[in-house]
Amino acid sequence: MSIMTYREAIRLALMEELARDERVFVIGEDVGAFGGAMAVTKGLYEQFGPGRMIDTPISESAIIGAALGAALTGLRPVAEIMFIDFVGVCMDQIFNQVAKIRYMLAGQVEVPLVIRTQGGAGKGYASQHSQSLESWFCHIPGLKVVMPATPRDARGLLKSAIREQNPVIFIEHKVLYNEKGEVPEEEEIIPLGKAQVKRQGKDITLTCHSRQVLNTLHAADILSKEDGLECEVVDLMTLAPLDEDTLFNSIKKTNHLITVEEGYENNGIGAEVIARATSKIFDCFDAPPVRVAFPNCPVPFSKVLENSILPDAKKIVDAVRRLKGK
Amino acid sequence: MNRISGREAKKLYLMMLRIRRFEETCYELYLAGKIPGMSPHLYIGEEAVAASVCFFLNRDDYIVSTHRGHGHCLAKGARMDRMLAEIMGKETGYCRGRGGSMHIADIATGNLGANGIVGAGIPIAVGAALSAAYRKTEQIAVCFFGDAASNQGTFHEAVNMAASMNLPVLLVCENNQYGLSTHIKKTCPTCNISDKAHGYGIEHTTVDGMDAELSFRTAEKAVSYVRNQKRPYMIEFITYRFLGHGASDNRSYRTKEEEEEWIKRCPLKNLRKKLLSDLKMEIKEVETLEEEVEKEVAASIKFAQGSPYPKPEDVLENIFAPVIEGETE
Repeated sequence: MSIMTYREAIRLALMEELARDERVFVIGEDVGAFGGAMAVTKGLYEQFGPGRMIDTPISESAIIGAALGAALTGLRPVAEIMFIDFVGVCMDQIFNQVAKIRYMLAGQVEVPLVIRTQGGAGKGYASQHSQSLESWFCHIPGLKVVMPATPRDARGLLKSAIREQNPVIFIEHKVLYNEKGEVPEEEEIIPLGKAQVKRQGKDITLTCHSRQVLNTLHAADILSKEDGLECEVVDLMTLAPLDEDTLFNSIKKTNHLITVEEGYENNGIGAEVIARATSKIFDCFDAPPVRVAFPNCPVPFSKVLENSILPDAKKIVDAVRRLKGK
Repeated sequence: MNRISGREAKKLYLMMLRIRRFEETCYELYLAGKIPGMSPHLYIGEEAVAASVCFFLNRDDYIVSTHRGHGHCLAKGARMDRMLAEIMGKETGYCRGRGGSMHIADIATGNLGANGIVGAGIPIAVGAALSAAYRKTEQIAVCFFGDAASNQGTFHEAVNMAASMNLPVLLVCENNQYGLSTHIKKTCPTCNISDKAHGYGIEHTTVDGMDAELSFRTAEKAVSYVRNQKRPYMIEFITYRFLGHGASDNRSYRTKEEEEEWIKRCPLKNLRKKLLSDLKMEIKEVETLEEEVEKEVAASIKFAQGSPYPKPEDVLENIFAPVIEGETE
């Protein structure tokens, strides 16, 4: 195992896949010579050149459209949208073009296209640079949505995403880039569509993804030490398609469910997880499920305001205690 | 400018006639209730554009089309019968009835698809051109779009990107003068749409799209420029859709007199006249062509009407490509 940051692990996956397959290229704003706004692609321009690390104008629709045109004609683009908040500019290309073209054409084409972006709050970037918009993409048929929490997962899932024959929205978290973790020396491919139990427990199931996996694991440690409660932490990893088996197996064991996410509560990932679980395994529940999410409020700038509503370990601990009547 | 040869004119006329008769057939079938859904967006009057541009394309060149896309599809090499079947929602259609009129594509002939969103195809065409450049092929991409699409952000983003990256894309603006009911002069203050290309440093021209011979020669020059220079080029064809936005549009926003003026300039009729006069083609030869097209139309109607509808149990097919075991694991 090597120890590396989440940023380095993503860079490693890109480097490995660029080296493995000449059809793979990276396209986006400042991804080339500059090395990316989040410094993820640093060094790749020197290694692979401007032809494969393609800098573009600030034109999100053209980036995604061009990536789609390339994906339809034999290439495997990795397009970068600098902040997930910018997808509004190119949403037509994503949800009307990229997502639907295979279906509309009755399978005449495959769309091996990755859209890498990053979201999340916690850095005081205010309302237009801090959102968690993953549920937008999960709503649209034809897209796979992946959100890794650890360096190891980020590398293994991104490699899978690049080798996919379908469009994948790969969402990183800006607060995680400097987080360190173990990554295998050898190549590791982590399949899409599988959740992972990150911590075993018998008392309550906590689902989460991206940065909130770290907060949820922290909360689970606190609850174990202070309350003697053993939480099972399920990292969803791929939000679409959702791994119902892993999720339901956990709920069947714990009979309790709390969903944790950084996205807005309304119509979010938690809503979908709870709807699926309660409609399919209702008898397993000993208590109504609960959502911990970002309230339906734009992300405020001032740190004290942002922290007041951003889900964290304490808010998760409180939710578990309320559910368990403690 | 070299005059069009008899052989070229005959081939051009045949394609334009096939498009005209296909569209007239769609119109009749729509009015008879045989085409479901939204009224198809017909290309009648604009045939010289698609037929001229695609005349000079290779099978492996790409096109990206619009909601008014039947003409482009035929001109790039699609079959009439499978197109009609698609428009009628049949299993034998190009998209097995999943796409319909606005989403016909025939990947085998390089047609990456029509599009239901105005201007959305332009960046996709730029991507196909990027791909050709990346793979170092001689292919080019052609993007058809209407006058109104040049007011969309995608036009400006994509054209600027194509210019800044030197991509082999031919931008074909079909200025039929109306975005649904709104005349382009109300929404576009520049004299010509092609002036917008000038702003991005792209070579461009504006030509009379009702003049088949001029359209043909302009297309030839433009395709050759894009292929050899490996740079974008934009042609604006001034043209006119003889029918409305869709087949159900009553065209209350324009006068009969205006329509009659443009219909007098019908590119198909005028090319036929030219074949018989300047190019000295025998009337019998022209009539033989016309009979062949009628046979093709009749066979297509028979094929489409006789084809089965898709099966509801297959409705969930092709949302995703299957994951290849061993490839991702």
